[in-house]
Amino acid sequence: MTEKLHGYVEQIKEKNSDWVVSVVEGHGEVTVTVPLSAIVDVCSFLKDNHDFDMLADLCGCDRGPEEDPRFEVNYHLFSTVHYQRLRLKVLLTEDEPNVSTVSMLWQTANWHERETYDLVGIKFDGHPDLRRILLPSDFDGHALRKDYPLRGYEPYSMN
Amino acid sequence: MATAVENIPSQFEVLDQPLESEMTLSMGPQHPSTHGVLRLDLKLDGELVVNVVPDIGYLHTGMEKLFEYKKYQQGIVITDRMDYLNPLGNNLAYVMAAEKLLDLEIPERAQVIRVLMCELQRIASHMVWLGTHALDLGAMSMIFFCFRQREKILNLIESASGGRMTPSYFRIGGLMMDLPAGFDNRCRQFLDDFPEALETFDTLVTGNTIWMSRTKGIGVIDKEEAINWGLTGPSLRGSGVNVDIRRTNPYSGYETYDFEVPVENDGDVWARFMVRMRELRESHKIIRQALERLKPGPIKADSPKIVLPDRDDMRKHMDSLIHHFLIVAEGFNVPEGEVYHAIEASKGELGVYMKSNGGPKPERVHFRGPSFVNLAALPVMSEGEMVADVVAIIGSLDIVLGEIDR
Amino acid sequence: MGLENTLFESLPDVVTVNLDAVVNWARKSSLWPATFGLACCAIEMMNSAASSRNDLSRFGAETFRASPRQADVMIVSGRVSRKMAPVLRRVYDQMPEPKWVISMGACATSGGVFDNYAIVQGVDKIVPVDIYIPGCPPRPEMLVHAILMLQDKIMKESVKDRRDTFEAESRQSIAPGTLPVTEATALEREMHAEVDAGTATRPYSVPSKHERRRSS
Repeated sequence: MTEKLHGYVEQIKEKNSDWVVSVVEGHGEVTVTVPLSAIVDVCSFLKDNHDFDMLADLCGCDRGPEEDPRFEVNYHLFSTVHYQRLRLKVLLTEDEPNVSTVSMLWQTANWHERETYDLVGIKFDGHPDLRRILLPSDFDGHALRKDYPLRGYEPYSMN
Repeated sequence: MATAVENIPSQFEVLDQPLESEMTLSMGPQHPSTHGVLRLDLKLDGELVVNVVPDIGYLHTGMEKLFEYKKYQQGIVITDRMDYLNPLGNNLAYVMAAEKLLDLEIPERAQVIRVLMCELQRIASHMVWLGTHALDLGAMSMIFFCFRQREKILNLIESASGGRMTPSYFRIGGLMMDLPAGFDNRCRQFLDDFPEALETFDTLVTGNTIWMSRTKGIGVIDKEEAINWGLTGPSLRGSGVNVDIRRTNPYSGYETYDFEVPVENDGDVWARFMVRMRELRESHKIIRQALERLKPGPIKADSPKIVLPDRDDMRKHMDSLIHHFLIVAEGFNVPEGEVYHAIEASKGELGVYMKSNGGPKPERVHFRGPSFVNLAALPVMSEGEMVADVVAIIGSLDIVLGEIDR
Repeated sequence: MGLENTLFESLPDVVTVNLDAVVNWARKSSLWPATFGLACCAIEMMNSAASSRNDLSRFGAETFRASPRQADVMIVSGRVSRKMAPVLRRVYDQMPEPKWVISMGACATSGGVFDNYAIVQGVDKIVPVDIYIPGCPPRPEMLVHAILMLQDKIMKESVKDRRDTFEAESRQSIAPGTLPVTEATALEREMHAEVDAGTATRPYSVPSKHERRRSS
């Protein structure tokens, strides 16, 4: 079931072997870890040459303050032509949680990246409008980080 | 008049020729037609919309953070509240993602009942969509007919699971309980009465010239843009793209059912409306097939460390009691890994990204809500339309703010 | 509103008791809710309003007014997030007296399932609530029962109890969603003085501790 996906990974490796850091297969899915600088190239390669024309999901994850690299961003690509799904992963450190945006390739990444910035605190370079989307605009901190407490810092008061 | 202008506080700006400039109108969070707490910043040139900027987050509940603090089976209850018109769909997506991580095999009766309940839920969700869409556009009698049908479905779901709108009927490994006695007959009764209701809808709305002139040619989005903006579900199929997760990446036995996927080509509000109306008929077919297929059998996977044992078993056997206690008190450890599972919810592709680090609580659960992605395409669809058409377009996108804001 | 109050202040008790009954009957029989549907409970509210099985209009709640200026009761149905809380307060302020609030569902009453950074733990931290409805979501029949309970509560009120906030106070609120949160408004200070002196006549003159506009 995952032979086709491995085929795509081989194509990426052929194009440029630096682009693939590691490949993990599990539960019928293939995850390709891509270095930070190459994510836009890999995405545009897959979109233009291999018909991965829809970005199904873009989500950020905080692994915890003790891990290094601390953050990761997952790109879930889907193709409306051959119906395959592929996951790309980018790892980010705590000191420099910046990654280049892919919203010029898929317009849907716009809101997903805003949400990731809002909740996890990852900045997307080149994003046209990076501001908070779900939390109030005067909110302090990034809520989905592991060191942000579940109940927040203070109860709501009208003052 | 000069003196009146002096006392205005600094937040407000004074326009010298108000009729010459664009007006920004805030269609605020409390509004009858926005289907929830959505705020739209409309930039208007008279009646024509120049730009729409949706402002969401008024229902942000922090559910993704809550999942990280609850065991896997406790999270099922939270998923009900996400897309509150399609709670069984949310349950299914979450439960199937966890089952993927655990490599569980689900017995056939559970799979058939899952399909049955999901399709019933799809009809119920479309009933709310149709009722509120028609209400926004002025056809106020539709909501009564639609909610009448929805009551019947909610009664069926309540008889099976105990909750009308928050059933939490699915569990990791199967179902909560088996279907009650007489469910079969009541479901068949509903299915026999439903085509008549569909005809009523057609008479009231589909053939109506006012409806057609209010929905044809409004809010057009073409094929490539729809894919680029990530639209899924009926909004995508209304623009001519034949993608339905039940066909492309089938789950829970959908590949064995005989149904069509309705696709329309125009990409306007009318096309999305027709796709959903035809989907109601297809769901009707699937439910009938599922009812035929129901055979007696187990409803939970055979995995004592993950699935709760039967109550009788628990009372009589010591190991069942121990397993019950451990599952409820400590939870079960899910092997490390990550998985993305997508189902075709009534609004589009509902995807769950679940990442586990080996413990009883997930490390990250992210829900890709279809309404979140569909709403981002609203500015593209409503450029150049009039203000009243924005209401029609929002109705055709079928958004639910619980899913957008999570 | 002001005229009734000043009139009733000057009349003797025996007259106002009978007038109370008439006025309260009129108010309870046409309670028009303001649409404040937020989340899942809103759908159950729609069920009770739009479905002919559970029908609110037979109890007088004929139309759900979209504009708060024309509404009597605000049914807060659904979870109130921190971003929405000032909007809720502003809509409540825009409603003219007499106004009541029904907090529908567990999330509006106390935060519900969601005890976290994003949800206000109970809408009574923002507005004074008259009736609380438990449930997640409550059945439509429970909402009907709550409206009937509210009607009973209204019958026990007196016209003298309800007054618009003083004009000077409301003019101070330029920032949206907030009246100045003081220890007590002048009206409530009078009531507290009455209670302390022991001259309070009716139980509903004494506000419950939820009705004082304090921070949480």
